[in-house]
Amino acid sequence: MKIGETEVRYVAALANLALTDAEIARFQSELSGILEYFDKLNEIDTSGVEPMAQVLLAADPAATLREDVPAPSLGSEAALANAPQAGAGYFKVPKVIER
Amino acid sequence: MEIASLTIAAVRDTLLSRRASAVELATAFLDFAQAENPRTNAFLHFCAERALAAARRVDDAIARGEDPGPLAGVPIAVKDVILTAGVHTTCGSRLLERFVPPYDATAIARLETAGAVIIGKTNCDEFAMGSSNENSAFGPVRNPIAPDRVPGGSSGGSAAAVAQGTAVAALGSDTGGSIRQPASFCGVVGVTPTYGRVSRYGLTAFASSLDHIGPFARTVRDAATVLRVVAGRDPADATSAGAPVPDYPSLLDGRVKGLKLGLPREYLKDLTSETGDLIHRAAATLESLGCELREISLPATDYAIACYYVIATAEASSNLARYDGVRYSARSPHSETLADMYRNTRGEGFGAECKRRIMLGTYVLSHGYYDAYYLKAQRVRALIARDFAKAFEQVEAIVAPVSPFPAFKLGEKVDDPVAMYLSDVYTITGSLAGIPCMSVPCGTTAEGLPVGMQILTRHFDEATMFRLADAYETTQRR
Repeated sequence: MKIGETEVRYVAALANLALTDAEIARFQSELSGILEYFDKLNEIDTSGVEPMAQVLLAADPAATLREDVPAPSLGSEAALANAPQAGAGYFKVPKVIER
Repeated sequence: MEIASLTIAAVRDTLLSRRASAVELATAFLDFAQAENPRTNAFLHFCAERALAAARRVDDAIARGEDPGPLAGVPIAVKDVILTAGVHTTCGSRLLERFVPPYDATAIARLETAGAVIIGKTNCDEFAMGSSNENSAFGPVRNPIAPDRVPGGSSGGSAAAVAQGTAVAALGSDTGGSIRQPASFCGVVGVTPTYGRVSRYGLTAFASSLDHIGPFARTVRDAATVLRVVAGRDPADATSAGAPVPDYPSLLDGRVKGLKLGLPREYLKDLTSETGDLIHRAAATLESLGCELREISLPATDYAIACYYVIATAEASSNLARYDGVRYSARSPHSETLADMYRNTRGEGFGAECKRRIMLGTYVLSHGYYDAYYLKAQRVRALIARDFAKAFEQVEAIVAPVSPFPAFKLGEKVDDPVAMYLSDVYTITGSLAGIPCMSVPCGTTAEGLPVGMQILTRHFDEATMFRLADAYETTQRR
């Protein structure tokens, strides 16, 4: 599977990743090479095989449930300690509404 | 006292016989590790204050005549993807250079409750993505055995620290081989337990259906002792398993006679190198201990790398979406709008390998490709798991190589992502199946480079894996 520049730019936009033109060019050839390798998956017959989304281990379906009792949480001061910009107990971000 | 070769039992004996206090020991390790670090770059940061506070608690417990815990005073290094409250946790990424976690991972809390002394955080590939530790934003780790070579990855710093003796044991994380491969390259023991055996609460997520925490140590017994402490159900991680955790160290009785071991044809057919010779020799040693060897087949092996890199990158693209400039310390200063802030923070912050995997993962999940790649890979994953289930109807453990070759030179594979991915061929299958697997040293090449033998067992049967590895290790010490 070869992918072109338009497709690389489209995927970068989906991933919210700003890439330089040099990176776009490099990813075109690298991703094409890797995707070509992925095509190997088409060689193996998987008809009738259920997809394995998780390592399923035998357990009581309620095993992960617990009593719903309130417990102290992190608190906003600790939660905001790593914020690049915080104010009034919130995470601050650049203006969202664009014209 | 020669601190570089101390075991957990020796540390305990030293403390209980009052030959040294835990504070003295912690100070000696911190000094030694800091002095040695320029040689390997294994540690990214040290946490002297936290280490000395933990050591004081151990000394106080001993002074009061209390049991100071199974890991009392044991200096431990922790991969920098595992959260430590108040201590920088960078994940080897520029994005998290200034990130200081507000809470401890469950594994960290359990270590310290058991008396362990966490001395520092170890270098790794950025967000645990890599097989050589060359993807760290803070420079590669050098292999302590051969400084022109890589220590393996992604938990390269943890493996190097234990090999160098600057920590008695370490924690790493493994998604496709990130504990076993560096353990093999550095000549130490590295364990990937059953999926769910150790809580991932506080482990920075890479690929959630594959991520594990596991120990490194210089002996099988020490690795088993650390796993015993960190394993077990945790209400904070819904994927952690409720299966009882046996007292692994007490089960190392050397009784391996009659154990049926499988040698996978697919792993050994191309292995004509020194690595192959060493694995065959190790298998022969196990046979001489009374194990029964038989050839087995794991036919889907050939598809494992493609399967893994589809699933792991898909999950990574989703997990790494949270680094958007809002919460985790880094934000691009060059952005007017929210959308630009997301894009620029990520574009400036992630290194090349993370970007490559985010791109791949986004692509395979994108409209029109989901069925062809992601769903197909999940079906192949089911076949790989089925291979192991069938094999374990005939044998109790599988013996295999960890890596097709020993530690390679720094820079040797860095420009060829597919070649780098192919080096994970023997470790990825066990990760996909979620079974316990470990690397135990089984000799060195003519050049003196360590090689590890991999042992894989049934889900939750770490006990058989440790017993076998310990019996083998005993033959190597003679």
